[in-house]
Amino acid sequence: MDDQTIRVDVRNAVGYLTFNRPKQLNSFNEIMHQAVAQTLKAWSKDPAIRAVVISGEGRGFCAGQDLNDRVVDPNSASPDLGLSIEKYYNPMIKMITEMPKPVICAVNGVAAGAGANIALACDIVIAAKSASFIQAFCRLGLVPDSGGTWILPRLVGRAQAMGLAMLGDKIPAERAVQLGMIWQVVEDDQLSTEAEKLAEHLAKQPTYGLSLIKKAIHAAADNSLDEQLILERDLQRLAGRSSDYREGVQAFMQKRTPEYTGC
Amino acid sequence: MDYIRSSSNDAGVVLIELNRPEKRNALNNATLKQLADLLSEIEQDPALRVVVLTGNVQCFAAGADLNELAQMDAVSLQQDPRPLLWKRIDEFSKPLIMAVNGYALGAGFELALHADIVLCGENAQFALPEIGLGMLPGAGGTQRLARLVGTQLCMRWAMTGQMISARVALQHGIVSQVCPSDLTVQYAQDLANSIAKQAPLAIRAIKQSLKSIHEVTLSQGLKMERQHFVWLAATQDRNEGIQAFLEKRKPQFRGV
Repeated sequence: MDDQTIRVDVRNAVGYLTFNRPKQLNSFNEIMHQAVAQTLKAWSKDPAIRAVVISGEGRGFCAGQDLNDRVVDPNSASPDLGLSIEKYYNPMIKMITEMPKPVICAVNGVAAGAGANIALACDIVIAAKSASFIQAFCRLGLVPDSGGTWILPRLVGRAQAMGLAMLGDKIPAERAVQLGMIWQVVEDDQLSTEAEKLAEHLAKQPTYGLSLIKKAIHAAADNSLDEQLILERDLQRLAGRSSDYREGVQAFMQKRTPEYTGC
Repeated sequence: MDYIRSSSNDAGVVLIELNRPEKRNALNNATLKQLADLLSEIEQDPALRVVVLTGNVQCFAAGADLNELAQMDAVSLQQDPRPLLWKRIDEFSKPLIMAVNGYALGAGFELALHADIVLCGENAQFALPEIGLGMLPGAGGTQRLARLVGTQLCMRWAMTGQMISARVALQHGIVSQVCPSDLTVQYAQDLANSIAKQAPLAIRAIKQSLKSIHEVTLSQGLKMERQHFVWLAATQDRNEGIQAFLEKRKPQFRGV
């Protein structure tokens, strides 16, 4: 099964999704899109999976769209680049941001174009020291897609977002941490163990509560303070009904470690 | 067979749940009949003040019952009891609040359009998909929706059958509040409880006054509003309301 575009592994309630076209720096073709969509969709509904880790095989994380699929003949009509965005990239970004459980991205190497923005759409991004982020779109006359123009100004502010998007420079992982784009940098040989440790920790936490946190933080990007305060009230109401909240309070009273089930 | 379930609380709020989950609460004649009959009973009981109507968390009502509809030709549709059932729902005089989660499609959407106030969950999706079956909405869909959102959007939605999300529904006044889906019914009941505390005769006058706006001209509507206003002066609840305000206490309305 060497021709599989992704690798999928589930252990200790964590789903590991690894992009697996290392020769093409894990860039997306249609088959890979379909495989990723199918996996994320299934995991989103599967209560046995309580955290997700996305990573790449080989030296790159993901180089975005495979440009071999998009060779433009100068004499032919212009391609409709909106089609693959509508069909694949946008639903993927929504699946990651709406996944009711934490999604960790372990960026093992270069994350370019849509590959960078897929990483940034995840909840917690940790990167290997040698990894980098490139908003490569501007170099081809394109616009950062897969949520790039939405997430960048929210992560790093407008001034840095403009610079990143208009210059398309290669941003090393350590610089990305300084800018607030990602959570953490680790030594290259530590990336998979650190990602696994983080994911296994999160997979034991109150998953439903974490999903509500995720929802609130995403909503904050569009809400006024008044709206957000109302949302917090609503979500807390829901969280208060969860069995994990009961367990958390009981464990605290009984001075023991809580055992969360995720609901 | 019971296609609906109901219960009421001390405040006089009745919760009606469409309960045909295996058919996604499809509104067959029997369901509509049970609903209309129940509303008639509630109409007669002065202790019952406000109705909250809902489906379940995944689905409000996914349309009419197509098996029923498929068997009907032009002649039998001419004698269809449905228009009269819809009319009885429309004529219910007490506040009717709908809590819509999930799909409200076709007749389900049209039922929601019979509400005085609609709250919906984030997962709510409204649509008039009749066009996909070579039909048009037959229970006021084109009429009530156009009056809510204007002909542009209504044409588009009725001609395409396109889904309307909770957010878009809020934006265009199809609903007045979007809630986390698991809280929609609770928030509808909270609203119903607060309306149930008001003077029933004044509430009824407000509903009548508002429901007539598409039937009469503005000047006639203003006259009717004024008549309601004058008539309420003959009620004890109006005196109680004003008195309580002046005495800085909560009013006790009795519906007299």
